[in-house]
Amino acid sequence: MSPVLAGVLQLLALVAALGLSYRPLGDHMARVYSSERHLRPERWIYRAIGANPSVEMRWPAYLRGVLAFSAVSLLFLYLLQRVQGALPGSLGFVSIDPDQAFNTAASFVANTNWQSYYGEQAMGHVVQTGGLAVQNFVSAAVGMAVAVALVRGFARSRTGELGNFWADLVRGVVRILLPMAVIGALVLVACGAIQNFSGIHEVGQFGGGTQQWNGGAVASQEVIKELGTNGGGYFNANSAHPFENPNGLSNLFEIYLILVIPFALTRTFGRMVGSLRQGYAILGTMAVIWIGFTALMMWTEFAGRGPAFELAGGAMEGKETRFGIAGSSLFSVATTLTSTGAVNSFHSSYTGFGGGITLLGMQLGEIAPGGVGSGLYGMLVMAVIAVFIAGLMVGRTPEYLGKKIGTREIKFAACYILVTPALVLCFTAASFVLDTPAHSMTNSGAHGFSEILYAFTSGANNNGSAFAGLNADTQWFNSTIGIAMLLGRFLPMVFVLALAGSLAEQTPVPETAGTLRTEKPLFTGLLVGTIMIIAGLTYFPALALGPLAEGLAA
Amino acid sequence: MSTLTPAPTRPPKSPEPAGRSAGTGRVGGGLFDPKQMIASFPDALRKLDPRVMVKSPVMFVVLVGSVVTTVLAVMNPGDRFGWAITAWLWLTTVFANLAEAVAEGRGKAQADTLRKAKTDTVARRLTGTGEEQVAGTDLRVGDLVVCEAGDVIPGDGDVVEGVASVDESAITGESAPVIRESGGDRCAVTGGTKVLSDRIVIKITTKPGETFIDRMINLVEGAARQKTPNEIALNILLASLTIVFLLAVVTLKPFAIYAGADRQTSLIVLTALLVCLIPTTIGALLSAIGIAGMDRLVQRNVLAMSGRAVEAAGDVSTLLLDKTGTITLGNRQASEFVPVRGTTEAELADAAQLSSLADETPEGRSIVVLAKEKHGLRERHQGELSEAAWIEFTAQTRMSGVDVDGRKVRKGATGSVIAWVEEQGGTVAPDARALTDRISQAGGTPLLVAAKDEKGARVLGVIHLKDVVKEGMRERFDELRRMGIRTVMITGDNPLTAKAIAEEAGVDDFLAEATPEDKMALIKREQAGGKLVAMTGDGTNDAPALAQADVGVAMNTGTSAAKEAGNMVDLDSDPTKLIEIVEIGKQLLITRGALTTFSIANDVAKYFAIIPAMFAVAYPSLDKLNIMGLASPESAILSAVIFNALIIVALVPLALKGVRYRPSSADSMLRRNLGIYGLGGLIAPFIGIKLIDMLLTLIPGIG
Repeated sequence: MSPVLAGVLQLLALVAALGLSYRPLGDHMARVYSSERHLRPERWIYRAIGANPSVEMRWPAYLRGVLAFSAVSLLFLYLLQRVQGALPGSLGFVSIDPDQAFNTAASFVANTNWQSYYGEQAMGHVVQTGGLAVQNFVSAAVGMAVAVALVRGFARSRTGELGNFWADLVRGVVRILLPMAVIGALVLVACGAIQNFSGIHEVGQFGGGTQQWNGGAVASQEVIKELGTNGGGYFNANSAHPFENPNGLSNLFEIYLILVIPFALTRTFGRMVGSLRQGYAILGTMAVIWIGFTALMMWTEFAGRGPAFELAGGAMEGKETRFGIAGSSLFSVATTLTSTGAVNSFHSSYTGFGGGITLLGMQLGEIAPGGVGSGLYGMLVMAVIAVFIAGLMVGRTPEYLGKKIGTREIKFAACYILVTPALVLCFTAASFVLDTPAHSMTNSGAHGFSEILYAFTSGANNNGSAFAGLNADTQWFNSTIGIAMLLGRFLPMVFVLALAGSLAEQTPVPETAGTLRTEKPLFTGLLVGTIMIIAGLTYFPALALGPLAEGLAA
Repeated sequence: MSTLTPAPTRPPKSPEPAGRSAGTGRVGGGLFDPKQMIASFPDALRKLDPRVMVKSPVMFVVLVGSVVTTVLAVMNPGDRFGWAITAWLWLTTVFANLAEAVAEGRGKAQADTLRKAKTDTVARRLTGTGEEQVAGTDLRVGDLVVCEAGDVIPGDGDVVEGVASVDESAITGESAPVIRESGGDRCAVTGGTKVLSDRIVIKITTKPGETFIDRMINLVEGAARQKTPNEIALNILLASLTIVFLLAVVTLKPFAIYAGADRQTSLIVLTALLVCLIPTTIGALLSAIGIAGMDRLVQRNVLAMSGRAVEAAGDVSTLLLDKTGTITLGNRQASEFVPVRGTTEAELADAAQLSSLADETPEGRSIVVLAKEKHGLRERHQGELSEAAWIEFTAQTRMSGVDVDGRKVRKGATGSVIAWVEEQGGTVAPDARALTDRISQAGGTPLLVAAKDEKGARVLGVIHLKDVVKEGMRERFDELRRMGIRTVMITGDNPLTAKAIAEEAGVDDFLAEATPEDKMALIKREQAGGKLVAMTGDGTNDAPALAQADVGVAMNTGTSAAKEAGNMVDLDSDPTKLIEIVEIGKQLLITRGALTTFSIANDVAKYFAIIPAMFAVAYPSLDKLNIMGLASPESAILSAVIFNALIIVALVPLALKGVRYRPSSADSMLRRNLGIYGLGGLIAPFIGIKLIDMLLTLIPGIG
């Protein structure tokens, strides 16, 4: 079987698996977020944190919940790292420096999981399991909660109420992420991922000398790393490490885990707004971009010219032989089109265009299918923009799902699309204006430029993957990327919730033959076009100076 | 009862057949004359004032850019490329102002005509004892003034005494005089119009300076123009795109320095790139599109009091249409004579004609006409019936007729005529009621005819009066349905009659026996369901509903209360025009969306022109992006800037005329417009920039 055919078959298997789980999972999530019932363990949690899960919140209250919870999480995770040296079960690792502790705390609370540390050389069991893994669950649940609040904004009318943040948060963890993680972890263990609390082993090497192997609760962290589109690896090598991702099957399963919730949320959306077809149109948009990017990635990686490429059947540098070009391309596209940022290969080593595809994937705003929750709300904001620009062409003022896109709504949507480009471009430019940051680059020319552009793109979009090659553990990068991650995560949430509140207050406009049909393929095409043009126009000059200059030179 | 529109006092200015064939592009554009561009040039220059420009964030950025490049060019006067960019950036700014100036210029001409009508008038104010001469501007609300033949009416008001013919050509442009009389729905007079005959007393209802004519002048001149909600929203989006591009261009400088392209990315080049990227096309044309939309209404003799109303017209999903005058021809016409058993049709026709000879109502005349056409009964002269006693119709008796040659003939409402026959000791044919019921159910109005002569009093038969639906209305309503608009017919008729006419005309729903309260309730019900409602009205009791409706079109013949309440006034008083108003509203929104899409799609090509021009030296591989094969970096950048400026001028006619609009479903409209303005917007600049580049290479020193 040729590697290309193998790639296509893997893609088809993935599509089939995602298709099978789409309905049950999407419907389940819709039920979870619409249910009136509280499970017993959930009641215990509400009692413990002193929250009333039944009270409806308007958008400012909902936002206060999001921000307060995240602020406490940030502080807790920061302190945990700062006192690691004094904690038992830390494998003898010392406390983390302030700038790196801030960066890591911001990174995990913002669902980014950018890592400027080497997991196996810095973080003990307590921080890994009690700090980072916990954030992997709750930061994902926060994203889903905000997405559901926006969906409620579309679904509800003549009320400003968006649901209860604490109920959404707890249910997301207890009823969606935890059960799926338990099953997923068992599958990963079955595939060969490790799950223990053993210490560091000295192991002899074939060529003489020794190396260290860490044990740890890897499978359980690996599963939520993918499922919650977090991406922070237990080991520095991330999903390229055989303890995290032992073989081709586990690789495919991990890609499935990355994509399953973001795609299924479109069904949850369709269910909750009362029109499954609206959900399908959003699903279609996400799928077209995802499959298109995957196809492009495979094409550019398989087509690599030169004797080394031809011997290996393509661009194999930086890729694991057990995954090959297909398994790596599938993974790298899935991880950058979502906010995951886990890697099973090194994006820096991809062809010029391949690196560009990973960059552009993030720059689209990670919406195809995007992070858990953040993908859906990002896509819905783009739908609002698309409806606003093109919707006028049917001769009515723009409306989406029966809600008018007026001055208030477009203000919030416009602010939303401003945040990440501003963070990415300004911090990248600042890194070149200042003298020292550029010293972190290990490459010169266009490739070096891509390293820094990638770092801020990844941070501000909450992806967390690194281009590799950049030494990001400096005060400059730890602080600026930390700020970019926090602002890139929470500012958009402010605008999304404000938008949701504004939508929920409206009286819906009934659909007529004169209404723009947003559940048709034509709208899907329009939405894909809007996304590509808006992101493309924003980043084209920067991309030209990085991956394009490199790719076109090949 | 004002839901019935009074018969037009004059024919509409530009009578348009109600039934134009479906599917033809209907809302055409206004006239556009290239000379207007030249004439408006001085105005465009005047608008360069930064205080004016700052209202459009996109064009303000261009203005700042022009100033910056001018300074740079002055500092380095030998730089021909710099001067060329500077010149074209200024032209871009001027072209944008030109679009607005041309749009406004068309209104100005109209305002001048109106001003002529607003000459200072002397009013004859009534005092307790007599009358005094005061200046028109000194009148207060509530003053009573007298106008006689030849006088110019000094202010807006209602006629409280008398009847007069008035020349309203100053505001409507129509020379045929109209009748204005006290009481009823034709009492409103407008200041600046002229009394042609008779004497009327007018109660002033508007303060000087706020009269209809003042408001009209403000409107057509655009002085009172405020941005509409959708325009504000679009401006916000354009501003945010401008910020994004500003960031992209500003951050490009450090990137370029790192890449080793410092020299190729001078401030002039970066400014040029910025101006090319920000959505200048729509930014330049946005206000012109809005003004032109109002202007298209003015050309159809409709005055919109706000742009908001025009925008709302595009969103309307329910049209309330008065039956009479809009859907039907206005008057019922006799369509057949149905005799009761034992009577011949000829006998009935004769009696019906006799009773209607003195009946000057349109119904009465139609009976005479039918009798003549169908039964060859010639019209009897008044002289033949000199001793006839005519019985007038009254609301109490609800019948009319004649007593002549010992013969009594009556026609009227079923109940009244039957009562009359019984009172006269006659017999009522057993099938009379069945006949009237049948006609009622068919949507007609039955008029019972009875006579008392030597054979005694008896019912002869029934005249079938029928509403005649205007030709082509059904097609028009089908079209509206395809556009997603529901039509509701409003009528004072009983439900049976209303239902029959509704079915014949093809409206979606009807409101029978409608009172103003019913109408109000219907509007509120529709609005509660999120629908926007449009209606026409003319009476004082329509005013609350007109105010409540999202688009309330008051007839110019209507009362001042109605005109005050509505947000549009139709000078032709043609209720059918509501449909056109909706189409103009839609066309305005489509034009705005189409040019926005076009503007954004244009950027792709500009990147392909400018990015390789800036960076091909640093990274030779980027020269592969120069897919247009532009001659040199300078010519590439200049071509993009020139295209960007010229496309504004090229699109001014489209912005003023509006894009072609034909009623169809949202889907087909989107597909068509996306194809033309989306795809077209992607492709057109590639061709345009290449052509300009080819021309530029002919100029020595640049190519």
